[in-house]
Amino acid sequence: MVNVPTSSRPALGDAQWTHVQALADTLNNDQLSWLSGYFAGVARGRQPDGAQAPAPAAAEAPPAQGTASGARPIVVLYGTETGNSAAVAQDLAARLGERGHAVTLRDMADCKPAHLREAQDLLCIASTYGDGDPPQPAVGFFEFLEGRKAPRFDGVRYAVLALGDSTYERFCAAGRRLDERLAGLGAQALLPRVDCDVDFEESAAAWIQALLPKLAPVAATAAVVQAVAQPEAAPAGYDKRNPFPARVLDNLVLTGRDSSKEVRHLELSLEGSGLRYEPGDAIGLRPRNAPEVVHALLGQLGLSENAGVALKGRHLTLGEAFASELDIVNVTPRFLEHWGRLSASAELEQLALPDRAAERAAFAQANHVIDVIRRLPAKGLDAQAVAQALRPLQPRLYSIASSQAAVSDEVHLTVSALRYDLYGQARAGVASGYLAAHAGPDAEIGVYIQSAPHFRLPAGDVPIIMIGAGTGVAPYRAFMQEREVQGATGRAWLFFGERQFRTDFLYQLEWQDWLKSGVLDHMDVAFSRDASNGAGKAYVWHRLRERAREIYGWLEEGAHVYVCGDAARMAVDVHRTLSEIIVEQGGRDEEGAHDYLRGLQDAHRYQRDVY
Amino acid sequence: MKSISTSQAAPDRSRDISQPLERLSADERLKAGSDQLRGTISLSLVDRITGAVADSDAKLLKFHGIYQQDDRDLRDERRRQKLEPAYQFMIRVRMPGGVCTAEQWRKLDELARAHGGDSLRITTRGTIQFHWVLKEALRETLQGLHEVLLDTISACGDDARGVVCSVNPAVSGIHAQVYALAKQASDHAVPRLRAYHEIWYGEERIAGSEPEEPFYGRTYLPRKFKIGFVIPPSNDIDVYAQDLGFIAIVENGRLAGFNVAIGGGMGNTDRDPKTWPRLADVIGFVRADQVIAACDAVMGVQRDHGDRRDRAHARFKYTIDDHGLDWIKGEIERRLGGALEPPRAFAFTSNGDTPGWQQDETGHWHATLLIPSGRVVNRPGGAWLDGLREIARVHTGTLRLTTNQNLVLSGIAPQDRPAIERLLGEYGLLALQHATALRRGAISCVALPTCGLAMAESERYLPTLLDRLEPILERHGLSQEPITLRISGCPNGCSRPYIAEIALTGRAIGRYNLYLGGGFHGERVGRLYLENVREAEILAALDEVLGHYARDRHAGEHFGDFTIRAGYVTPVLDGPDFNTPNERRAPRQASEEVHHVAFCP
Repeated sequence: MVNVPTSSRPALGDAQWTHVQALADTLNNDQLSWLSGYFAGVARGRQPDGAQAPAPAAAEAPPAQGTASGARPIVVLYGTETGNSAAVAQDLAARLGERGHAVTLRDMADCKPAHLREAQDLLCIASTYGDGDPPQPAVGFFEFLEGRKAPRFDGVRYAVLALGDSTYERFCAAGRRLDERLAGLGAQALLPRVDCDVDFEESAAAWIQALLPKLAPVAATAAVVQAVAQPEAAPAGYDKRNPFPARVLDNLVLTGRDSSKEVRHLELSLEGSGLRYEPGDAIGLRPRNAPEVVHALLGQLGLSENAGVALKGRHLTLGEAFASELDIVNVTPRFLEHWGRLSASAELEQLALPDRAAERAAFAQANHVIDVIRRLPAKGLDAQAVAQALRPLQPRLYSIASSQAAVSDEVHLTVSALRYDLYGQARAGVASGYLAAHAGPDAEIGVYIQSAPHFRLPAGDVPIIMIGAGTGVAPYRAFMQEREVQGATGRAWLFFGERQFRTDFLYQLEWQDWLKSGVLDHMDVAFSRDASNGAGKAYVWHRLRERAREIYGWLEEGAHVYVCGDAARMAVDVHRTLSEIIVEQGGRDEEGAHDYLRGLQDAHRYQRDVY
Repeated sequence: MKSISTSQAAPDRSRDISQPLERLSADERLKAGSDQLRGTISLSLVDRITGAVADSDAKLLKFHGIYQQDDRDLRDERRRQKLEPAYQFMIRVRMPGGVCTAEQWRKLDELARAHGGDSLRITTRGTIQFHWVLKEALRETLQGLHEVLLDTISACGDDARGVVCSVNPAVSGIHAQVYALAKQASDHAVPRLRAYHEIWYGEERIAGSEPEEPFYGRTYLPRKFKIGFVIPPSNDIDVYAQDLGFIAIVENGRLAGFNVAIGGGMGNTDRDPKTWPRLADVIGFVRADQVIAACDAVMGVQRDHGDRRDRAHARFKYTIDDHGLDWIKGEIERRLGGALEPPRAFAFTSNGDTPGWQQDETGHWHATLLIPSGRVVNRPGGAWLDGLREIARVHTGTLRLTTNQNLVLSGIAPQDRPAIERLLGEYGLLALQHATALRRGAISCVALPTCGLAMAESERYLPTLLDRLEPILERHGLSQEPITLRISGCPNGCSRPYIAEIALTGRAIGRYNLYLGGGFHGERVGRLYLENVREAEILAALDEVLGHYARDRHAGEHFGDFTIRAGYVTPVLDGPDFNTPNERRAPRQASEEVHHVAFCP
């Protein structure tokens, strides 16, 4: 018997409540589910004031078997930034549609309170970004749901699929928050939440598989999949599972000599792929592990590269698996668990204790797989056991730095090569290291297009303010190319930040040309490490501050604002600064500024692509 | 002064300042519309999108002593990286007569370390240049100079450039008088340049009804104008290369006055027969108290009659050749209000510096340090920048920079000499005193990677060239024979190549024109001997001619004179004659060892 707190009962009298409980005790789960739908249907058929109205069709003709939940409107709700959650949601909605359910597919970004009230079964798929945050476009939805104005969900059933990356401390936190909040608001879980790591496909499929029977099928009615905010369909043919082998046309270092960074510009050919993309979209790219890392790991393990392993039913050598299939760098919970067993290490056993989450996360951050193996060796290893301890190598996403209107069959990307020392050894980021060392002209890289419907140019006559740091400037290059080809009349303003003017002014000559030709109206730059800043460092938000009055003017004239780049610092600082500008220039208080920005977000005039 | 005897014919004024602006060159219009050289410099300085300034401001900045340049070694690389050129600025200090105090030197040193890439460069006009200065450091650098009463006004630009003066340590009393005049002339002849004070020092603009530039007006001079003072017998400043030269006449140990020389200039354009280097003509004599008036008169003639339609033809030397020396002289005399006295006798013996210690008539010591290409930096084995800073901390006299790119520690009291000597030794500053005579006297311009005009290497190539020439000299027994060698990266001639006995001017990377026959003390322009050739051909040719010189020279005969007598080159008689092709009369000689020599390490 579910113990429902009194506060969550909508004005049921004690007598009524006793009846309900008594009835419930006699029913099995399926019957309970059906009844909840039945009552909902009854409610929908009545006048708002509770006056009796003709019974709704569904209630008039309850399914013969008494098990169907067809009367329960299903909302599949997803929060996505890179499209993974959207893909799972689409898949789920399609499966439900096939089974005759009335399904509404909705992006959290576009979800209004009224939409939530339609749902009797709420199926949520949410990704987590950064430090346990929801996807940027879903931030407003989370604020609403977790805020004081959230509705009750009594009688609503729900399920949550959480997507995340287990190398982050707050793994799947957004999904967890959703789960806890819906339960707290009175909704009933159809099944326990499932947390997926970056190789989410199998877990997601299993979750759908487990979910479908709970939403028992309706026989032979026409599929009613109502896509309210259908994500832009993935281009036909090549996708994440089947990437297109794109030929490298050019790969050059954008940062000048003596830069503290290495940022590269890559041009790939999409010729013959049929792939199309819009300014703002991202490109997914399948990296390979560096041969030296593969060899070092094989050597450390004492395993032959020719040892056979089976991955998802495919047979291949361990060398191949290490090179292109498995993440052999990042320490994941899965790896710690497996390796703890394989090595019988007391240290890992300690770390595995439930109350050691923080230490576990810190340990994972501070070590690569090879560092763990080196320090805590295991004896008598077999290749398959090692392969199973590792998660699949994930594709990497990069904001596209070109517009097809300008470069047709090419796609350009801007990649910051991650390099650092760990335990006295030089390390490189998997994807960026691969692109730096092994993606010379004529090399082939597996790519697919990742649509970003929440990072889009407005109509050509609408002013835009683009704010980006580092490689976050990439989509703005695409925007400018697009607007140049369009002959767009809308004004454009770019805020760009990096470390050093001399070496790190990415695409400097191109911005200068666009300023000259008027495609770009203003550009403000902040180079944090330049001596000319005087004592302090300068960041993009300092420049926003300096131009507060004009920025507010642009906002009032309907400008769209874009933020791209670092999520942890830059996006936070920029958001705070925008809020301050609105307070100061618009004569609002903090809450007013908050509402103003929320309004911009709801109108898709404040779009962020941060990572 | 005598009355003027010659009657003046009406001059051709179709190309000078009397014409409306629209008929003159674009640069004239730029100057006229620049609000007395303010332009949009202040806006350019705060433009964060580029390390450069607006094109028009780049031209105006020259009048402020600042050249926009870029690191040409990186130009292609950065273009491919979608980065603009590595813009930077060269700042040329106005240092009349090349004299600075130890305190000023310490400030120069400090600024070089802060903004100038740890480098000071002594120029061929005896001043200091900073390179590698970024736009955002310009103001700080100029304000730093201002603290020690130095500025950069008109160090470049269409105006009176830095005024040079002989160093002559041995005649310190005369030097003091001549130097004082050089400084006075410089202070008098430069534009007032209120813009400079506003832009760099942040001074308020003062409204006034007076014209801002009573002498220069709105369009300044047609082109740069160089003034120099020389004290024979040294012609260290190459007085014949000056637009206006004053040759000190010392009679009975007293400064009697100056012979006036006009119309020198080095620049020319390759294969353009309308351009030529020209040596100044001595036109008369003035007393010391007439020097400033003479500057006004000569510069006034150039201001009013110089060509303002074609900048390649705008130097004073062309004004003279166009109007005729007599007419120009008459016009100068008219402006002076009387005829010039006839020139007095003098004699030059050399245009080089004398390295090492010298004592003047007051007993003070002067140490002339040879600084290859004038580059003061810290190199492995020679921390010269550090060394000169240490010396400037104890030195109580002055430092004099020579137009041969050397440095004189001047006015050292006898009791202070040991301390200075110890520091010179410690920092290896006397390393070159015993190098070959050729190396000691060689001059190069800056060229690559900073100079925008360079077509070939100069400063960076000179040491290599000398390494390859020295074995040839050695073989011919000429190692200690004073021969002047000068190299420029382009035909504009900042290193005054056309009056060297051996001169190279850049045509392309690794290719040079070779000139022979220049006068040892700067009295004759050389003749093009080989055009657009590579190092191997240059070395082969020099091996042949030097070998011949070693065998057949007369006693005391200089190399430049020999190349003419032996028939390698015909002498250049005047400006236009520079473009007459050479006629070699010397017999061809076998040079079987050429290749061996050319490639010896």
